[in-house]
Amino acid sequence: MNISMELLRDFSSVGAGASRAFSYPFTRKTKQRRLSFVYLIRTSYSFKSCSATLSLTAEVEEKPKFDVDKAALLARELRKSFNSGRTTNYEWRMSQLKSIEKMLEEKENDITEALYKDLSKPGLEAFVAEISQVKSSCKLALKELSHWMIPEKVKTSLTTYPSSAEIVSEPLGVVLVISTWNFPFLLSLDPVIGAISAGNAVVLKPSEIAPATSLLLSNLVEEYLDKSAIRVVEGSVDETTALLEQKWDKILYTGSARVGRIVMAAAAKHLTPVILELGGKCPAVVDSNINLQVAVRRIIYGKWACNNGQACIGVDYIITTKDFAPKLIDALRYELEQFFGKDPMESKDISRIVSSSQFARLARLMDDDLVSDKIVLGGQRDVNQLKIAPTILLDVPEDAQIMQEEIFGPLMPILTVEKVEDSFKIIQSKPKPLAAYLFTNDEQLKKNFVQNIPSGGMLINDTILHVATDGLPFGGVGESGMGSYHGKFSFDAFSHKKAVLYRGFDADASIRYPPYTTQKQRLLKAVINGDIVSIILALIGW
Amino acid sequence: MGSVEKETKVFDSEAASSMVKELRGEFLSGKTRSYEWRVTQLKNILKMSEDREQDIVKALHSDLTKPELESSIYEISMLKNACTLAIKKLKQWMKPEKVKTSLTSFPSSAEIVSEPLGVVLVISPWNYPFLLSIDPVVGAIAAGNAVVLKPSEVAPATSSLLAKLVGEYLDNTLIRVVEGAVAETSALLEQKWDKICYTGNGRVGRIVMAAAAKHLTPVLLELGGKCPAVVDSIINLKVAARRIVAGKWGCNSGQTCVAVDYILTTKDVALKLVDALKHELEGFYGKNQLESKDLSRIVNLNHFDRLTKLLDEDKVSGKIVHGGERDKANLKIAPTILLDVPQDSLIMNEEIFGPLLPIFTVEKVESSFDVINSGTKPLAAYLFTDNKKLKEQFVMAVSAGGLVINDTVIHLAVDTLPFGGVQESGMGAYHGKFSFDAFSHKKGVLYRSFAGDAPVRYPPYTKGKLAFMKALMSGSILGVICALIGLSKN
Repeated sequence: MNISMELLRDFSSVGAGASRAFSYPFTRKTKQRRLSFVYLIRTSYSFKSCSATLSLTAEVEEKPKFDVDKAALLARELRKSFNSGRTTNYEWRMSQLKSIEKMLEEKENDITEALYKDLSKPGLEAFVAEISQVKSSCKLALKELSHWMIPEKVKTSLTTYPSSAEIVSEPLGVVLVISTWNFPFLLSLDPVIGAISAGNAVVLKPSEIAPATSLLLSNLVEEYLDKSAIRVVEGSVDETTALLEQKWDKILYTGSARVGRIVMAAAAKHLTPVILELGGKCPAVVDSNINLQVAVRRIIYGKWACNNGQACIGVDYIITTKDFAPKLIDALRYELEQFFGKDPMESKDISRIVSSSQFARLARLMDDDLVSDKIVLGGQRDVNQLKIAPTILLDVPEDAQIMQEEIFGPLMPILTVEKVEDSFKIIQSKPKPLAAYLFTNDEQLKKNFVQNIPSGGMLINDTILHVATDGLPFGGVGESGMGSYHGKFSFDAFSHKKAVLYRGFDADASIRYPPYTTQKQRLLKAVINGDIVSIILALIGW
Repeated sequence: MGSVEKETKVFDSEAASSMVKELRGEFLSGKTRSYEWRVTQLKNILKMSEDREQDIVKALHSDLTKPELESSIYEISMLKNACTLAIKKLKQWMKPEKVKTSLTSFPSSAEIVSEPLGVVLVISPWNYPFLLSIDPVVGAIAAGNAVVLKPSEVAPATSSLLAKLVGEYLDNTLIRVVEGAVAETSALLEQKWDKICYTGNGRVGRIVMAAAAKHLTPVLLELGGKCPAVVDSIINLKVAARRIVAGKWGCNSGQTCVAVDYILTTKDVALKLVDALKHELEGFYGKNQLESKDLSRIVNLNHFDRLTKLLDEDKVSGKIVHGGERDKANLKIAPTILLDVPQDSLIMNEEIFGPLLPIFTVEKVESSFDVINSGTKPLAAYLFTDNKKLKEQFVMAVSAGGLVINDTVIHLAVDTLPFGGVQESGMGAYHGKFSFDAFSHKKGVLYRSFAGDAPVRYPPYTKGKLAFMKALMSGSILGVICALIGLSKN
């Protein structure tokens, strides 16, 4: 502990020295800050509360458009800030993380309210799945940052003897986080915490589909965080496009595979690395030798109690055996009633569908001729309130649309197979999901599942909880994305791992250098292969 | 007849697509997942490098007149090392990594499982055409993937040798070589891969990544950049000069992505350094350096012309203080040093990738950091100094793929260090265990049992449940107890 603190002090004082060496005189710094303040006012494109009284046209005229020029200016300004070295500093990172923590304490009710407005998300879900997750990310970063920042010493080999080596984590620069509407608070701030921990300047673009949370984020970030290095840009396609044209040092995008492709193609122009957190059809395989009540509760938790199925790791469909399906459905019916009452459409404990276009998409999936008669539970909907009841469909055909796209809503198809192992083929025939779940007490089946089912992450005998385990990386593979974050992985995701090798001037072996003789060659080979006997043989001229 | 037709048939999209389909079918059979398959292939690569060392040296000589020592050390020995390490460590690398779990998911256990990505593509360059082809392939195989290797057509002898050797030594149902140039590469890039590792330049890197984006394929891009060497005054000048020569001309005549591109030093050191470099160059390569057998040639006429254009620029041609001789017929350019080239010259604005070494002088050695940071981030940066403070500042302030203090290039031989660029010099890293990781998906797996199911997680949501969850999440034991016995903390 003491050593690490010492190292840390050393580290940050070097940082201060380095930024001084870059000669940013104090006067210029203040001027820069003033400039950014003017800029902020001029380009304040976020809806202020007073603008609600203005007519829509007036607002459009009033609101300067966030176009490519504005985006370029913003990126340039943040880069300047980053280049000044302020974000690299340990104290800066800590102070920003502490401000986020403070913001969470102070604004919990505002956040819960915004999430309710956007999704009628129940308070407990808002707290457990969003606020507390951000809090624990922040807490972990605050606790571990000094360790994370310490260069990692590594062993060196005989080839470079004598030498020492370390891996230094350095910030990437200015990064862009594009978040999504389903967990609009968590999936905005969680990556931002990683970016700040690693010492980057950040621009966050929250989703316009959760407008209340987007506006709140914009206000909160401005109020609590360092504007010279952390910004929120609200908006939709135009604003996102303007942002994507800029050069970033990393882009983290959470959303769909379609947009993921666009983001990566835009990033390619600037050689910007990307983290793509996409989705996929996350299966839950249910074996028969289980504690049915617990399994069913956990499935419901991972579907309807998880933003009403609008979650990238929500259970998309179930695979179980033909024999077991009726029992499973009975249990689901019973527990659903326990959780959401006789009329789930009236339940306050379930989120609504986010928008009418999402509602229409889900209705279309249900009305597909191939599946409409497969509904064994639920099926009620209310287009005015954007509510769809928990719905279970049994034995839908594999070529139905509901089995082809990510459902992202309260519909749960159940596929049946003869033997539980047959489920593997079904999963393997589809693109790799972000999560895969298995309920079983059979150790061999668990082993086979983990070994043979490719997926972003996996959870045996539960749902969702693996993303709350900060020792595990959270990220997809194939169609479900690339790169990962959470816990230390967040810090790593926004750091460059710089390899550093230190040597002295002594012990310079002339065998490395031309003119090349056969003896030199033999000796060098031996050294590189670490073959002591050969080294001796070569040295004695054998 | 049939075989003739087969030979002349171009490798188009269709051919690429059916090859990938075939490999994917084989991959799905699960063969590559076994430890035995991986180790067998790695052992075969090792055997191939030993059995065919002379053929490889010959091919490299034919492509680049690469000196035998450079071939056998920088290409073959490095590869054998990578292979030996993978064979030795594979079992350990493949083991799932246990991780701690938290109170939130209590009781549970968790591990990170490394799983193969699938079918991967490796596109390699011409400068180290053997090493940079097979080294990533070693990583891909170790991680249990099927691989297609596309070696560079600019080093044709090595390319065709690789095709032959892979055909002879490795499992061709899962490991293939496709020879060719732009058309073949385009056909390959249209396919869906599970990872692409490309070594080359930033321009093509962008094309590769854009093509990969269509299929959401992650990429590992090993690019280059202008790698600087900063030379301070308080040093052992002789050793520094030797190490700079080794990291420039002794590295494929400067045709190396981590070679010293240019030198930054103070005015007073510059002249002494030039003398030291001249002296060592003569010691290494003799009086007539254009004729030395210990120097590679320029790879082809295009590059020869590009390099002479850099030398012949008006701003630069008068700055040559050593060398400058060239022999177009043999594609040779002598080791050339240029002093005080202007910053806006061509040679200071593109990656040189050849035997020209400009020396750029600054007032104070610290100002060299600004010069480096004003350009794009290089793949490597070097510093020669005995000043501890300067070292620390350099490591903090200079961003590059990797850094070496008081030497050049040899950080690549340290397998515990990741090799990879940042920004313009690339993304992703490999070498040693990083190679295994680069071609693996790190699957987070959490195990729970059915015991200890707390109804507090589930609807209907009550105030008591909320209070309990808040206490649980914030790790407040007192709060948990209060909530359990129905007391409100407020």
